[in-house]
Amino acid sequence: MTINERQEEIKSDFEIMSNWEDKYEYIIQLGKDLPLIAEEYKVPENLIKGCQSRVWLHTELRDGKLYFTGDSDAVITKGLISLMIYVLSGHTPKDIASSDIYFIDAIGLSSHLSPTRSNGLLSMLKQMKLYAVAYQAKNNQS
Amino acid sequence: MEHIANIETAALDVKQIRKDFPILQELVHGKPLVYLDNGATTQKPLSVIETEARYYEEYNSNVHRGVHHLSQVATNAYEKAREIVAGFINAAQTHEVIFTKGTTDGINLVANTMGRRFLKAGDSVIISAMEHHSNIVPWQIACEESGATLKVIPINERGELRMDAYEELLDDTVKIVAVTYVSNTMGTINPVEDIIALAHARKIPVLLDAAQAIQHMSIDVQALQPDFLVFSGHKIYGPTGIGVLYGTTEWLEKLPPYQGGGDMIKTVTFSKTTYNELPYKFEAGTPNIAGAIGLGAAIQYLQQVGLDKIQQWEEQLLAYALEQLRQIEGLRFIGNAAHRSGAISFLVHDIHPFDLGELLDQQGIAVRTGHHCCEPLMDEFKIPGTVRASLTFYNTKEDIDKLVAGIKRAVSMLR
Repeated sequence: MTINERQEEIKSDFEIMSNWEDKYEYIIQLGKDLPLIAEEYKVPENLIKGCQSRVWLHTELRDGKLYFTGDSDAVITKGLISLMIYVLSGHTPKDIASSDIYFIDAIGLSSHLSPTRSNGLLSMLKQMKLYAVAYQAKNNQS
Repeated sequence: MEHIANIETAALDVKQIRKDFPILQELVHGKPLVYLDNGATTQKPLSVIETEARYYEEYNSNVHRGVHHLSQVATNAYEKAREIVAGFINAAQTHEVIFTKGTTDGINLVANTMGRRFLKAGDSVIISAMEHHSNIVPWQIACEESGATLKVIPINERGELRMDAYEELLDDTVKIVAVTYVSNTMGTINPVEDIIALAHARKIPVLLDAAQAIQHMSIDVQALQPDFLVFSGHKIYGPTGIGVLYGTTEWLEKLPPYQGGGDMIKTVTFSKTTYNELPYKFEAGTPNIAGAIGLGAAIQYLQQVGLDKIQQWEEQLLAYALEQLRQIEGLRFIGNAAHRSGAISFLVHDIHPFDLGELLDQQGIAVRTGHHCCEPLMDEFKIPGTVRASLTFYNTKEDIDKLVAGIKRAVSMLR
């Protein structure tokens, strides 16, 4: 699935949720279920320090594609991270760098991407794109 | 039979008071707003909003320099606001009230000028472990630049200052003590009379950060005798971008100017500038005229309601909130001082404060989560942050009940 197909999938999953409780319960469940990052990668250099919650991000390049794992100490942030990772992981640096992430807004959680929320999600998205751009530049050089 | 007044009955007509605050009628996520983030900023009564609007509609003009009518009217209103503030804190002189941008600005003014004139290597500055970043960083900068040392009064596990340690820190190297009157995170009311008396016994000046105190209790600077006291307009139902630095004439005269510019000078030549007298020496540039006038209106509103009545109701409300929150399984308070006001910080089980705040917000309940700009304090308790509910006189027991129900609902979703 392409990045946008995955975003559309999440959008339609959320469309059937009629109230905030359903939406948040789903996100919390995602946050609880997913073992997102290997313990050895939960190191300070992978830490994106937001004001409110801490977020870890680890990136690997395999067969020309970027794979992300991540974690957060706040379960709602963790749930949103897992969605973000689901959308972007396993794509080429070029696709990730040029992607337009609109699903957070579409499921009515745009405030989570606002700098004032400072939950680390926005910093994480920026970081993912930075990695993608960096790997892209590296590919172009070699 | 004689009617016995119910102790639970507020002397304040809170229902009526809430009508004065337009924002309290708003809906958030389709639910009536429960605003419990008063420690961050307070809502504004209509009289403040209208006073500020009237200034712009009817007599907007620059102060102190115009010969024309509007400038006179604006200057009079601006200086009247200074008189209102001076009266409110019982300053001996009106010129001891300096208008600033806010608490942070006031502390920076004192730390910067004090550092330049009075701090050198070997000297020290005392702050406390419960200070807001605004009362830490300006002193760190002043110490770094002068070579002075920053000393910190520790706190006990209840979140109270350790006065024995404070006494030990007081020595001849200390050039100023800067502490908060009320903790923004835990609501602890510090024994400021003792702090000042002990410092003054050694002729050390004291700066009080009253950002979280001024709206909850009556402060008389002539009785309390701080050398400096700072607060923000927006935390006392006034506009943003305006604040007050109170300083004794003696100290304000001693300090050098902070910022240069219009209004703070008497004469300027390229060889020498003579500075204006107090308070203008510290008010460079066009001041926040609308803000000052709005702050005056906010204080008048408070005086009309009555600070003693406000304090009485807030104490009842705080006691009720603590009692109700205590019933929540797994809830623990961060800071449990015997004397407290305004703020209640807590955590529930091992739930991250951000998650709890997020789900409270969905229910229309505004609280604060995070480190509240007190990272050293969070390190002290070894926690990532807290959930903070901060109360004020327009809050009701119903607000507290909604908070408690909201927490229970959030916890059931998160665990």
